[in-house]
Amino acid sequence: MTLAGWMVMGFAVTGMTTLLVWCVWKVISTPGSTEHLHSPADIDPEDD
Amino acid sequence: MSAPNKDSWNSRFGVILAVMGSAVGLGNFLRFPGQAAQNGGGLFMIPYLVAFLIVGIPLAWSEWALGRYGGKQGHNSAPGIFSSVLGSSKGSYLGMLGTVMPLLIYTYYVILEALCLYFAWSFLNGAIPALGANADKITGFVVTSLGMGENGSMFTDKQFTMLGLVLLCFVINFTMIYRGLSQGIEKFCAWAMPLLVVCAFLVLFRVLTLPPNPAHPEQNIVNGLGFLWNPIQGDSTIWDTLSRPSVWLAATGQIFFSLSLGFGLILTYASYLKPDDDVCLSSLTSASGNGFCEVVLGGMIAIPAAFIFLGPAFLSNPDNIGTFSLGFMTLPNVFNQMPAGQFFGFLFFFLLFLAAVTSSLSMLQPSIALLEEGLGLNRKRSVTLLGGISLIGTGFITYYSKGLTALDTVDFWMANFFIFIFATVQTLIFGWVIGEKKGYEELSAGAEISVPRGVMFMIRFVSPAYLLVIFALWCKESLPGRLADIRITEKGPTVALLSLGFILGVMALFTLVIAKANRRWKNEKVEDDI
Repeated sequence: MTLAGWMVMGFAVTGMTTLLVWCVWKVISTPGSTEHLHSPADIDPEDD
Repeated sequence: MSAPNKDSWNSRFGVILAVMGSAVGLGNFLRFPGQAAQNGGGLFMIPYLVAFLIVGIPLAWSEWALGRYGGKQGHNSAPGIFSSVLGSSKGSYLGMLGTVMPLLIYTYYVILEALCLYFAWSFLNGAIPALGANADKITGFVVTSLGMGENGSMFTDKQFTMLGLVLLCFVINFTMIYRGLSQGIEKFCAWAMPLLVVCAFLVLFRVLTLPPNPAHPEQNIVNGLGFLWNPIQGDSTIWDTLSRPSVWLAATGQIFFSLSLGFGLILTYASYLKPDDDVCLSSLTSASGNGFCEVVLGGMIAIPAAFIFLGPAFLSNPDNIGTFSLGFMTLPNVFNQMPAGQFFGFLFFFLLFLAAVTSSLSMLQPSIALLEEGLGLNRKRSVTLLGGISLIGTGFITYYSKGLTALDTVDFWMANFFIFIFATVQTLIFGWVIGEKKGYEELSAGAEISVPRGVMFMIRFVSPAYLLVIFALWCKESLPGRLADIRITEKGPTVALLSLGFILGVMALFTLVIAKANRRWKNEKVEDDI
């Protein structure tokens, strides 16, 4: 693996990890986030 | 502010897992490493990052906001949402793709889901480990499993196991959907997502601690990572790689596929949100979790492990690192040569199976929403009707299994061609019909993060222009070959022609449903006015 390879991998891994950690921190630190954040997995169509 | 108690911490992590889990699928662990290795290695990260920023985030935000906006107008399906936003019943026909695409993608996705389960089972019972490191035998196992040698061969005695698993996966998906999403997907994700992430880290740890290949010491983990991440490979220059349109096409397609964007799925789910629910942090968390899974986990498992056991010459053949061949032909070979490979092979394919189920479950809701609001059916009747339609589709693809032509054709038109069209239409509607001022207000409503002002400029100008250029280049490169396959030979119509006929048949059926839905919506409006 070349130095450029280590740098690309480092930037890519650090960048994605930083973005994820920032998002997780925002979710955890924002009051009421559990009521206002959703994904297809937890959205209830309420059509049962 | 009061200190968060244990329950609130649990529920917050539950939300994060659910948000991340909805985007994680086969694309992260198989498609991404294959695409990166075939398109410049480390340099692939440049178009990938550009597509993530120019198309991924703006499109995710606009799709979520457009869906929530449509929900406020009382619509949950893409045709209903487009009809209300465009103020015309003709607009509803533009939304037809937003229901047909996820349904048709589901018809073949469930077969790949069953194949993951079959491979997990075959590792567990020793059938795949018994094949050893013989690439021909492993390829033969896959060809036989999917009936790739002859049409209809999956329906013979020898392949009843695989056919049974396809039906089992079908039943699992529809049972969960039939019971209701809140009881099905949420409970499933609550235990499947942590298990999936733990499995991925276990396999990653095993790969990173693999010793060098004793016969070829240069085939070690560091060089394996280099094979994927080195930006300059062989004699090609940086410009050689970045000037190839196919590299940019691959990166954009990867973003679409892995973020589940542009095929109506997010549009429908977002329509069920409350007006003050966040869309920006939710979709950004989903995108970042997805990116983490494919760059950090996907990028470090498949290719480096294959490099150690199979070598650079094997991986330099593009046929060996396509999504399908990497997952079901190359990786089993790797696990068969790895210490404790039987266990890790089972774990990896079980992980893929879980990831596939979380994705396939969500593909059915857009069609259900249209049947419910368009025909006035209740959920259980809608699910039953949809089950019949998708069973015919899966049966068609399962029968025409020779060379996987039917599967490949449906995938090409749905997950490549129409997805670009629908994504561009969605972006244009949000940017130009809802407009800059109202669009920004929609994005900001309930947002847990501050939305950059420039995002509307991206949605109105940059994203559509980028999509149109990429689509034009892609059509020039890929369409002629595909169109040449659609013909009638001496033996009758080709499977590609039959598959396209099937796609158009489903589209015609949904067009009739939308026509009926329009009459229903018009009558409801008249009654409301009275």
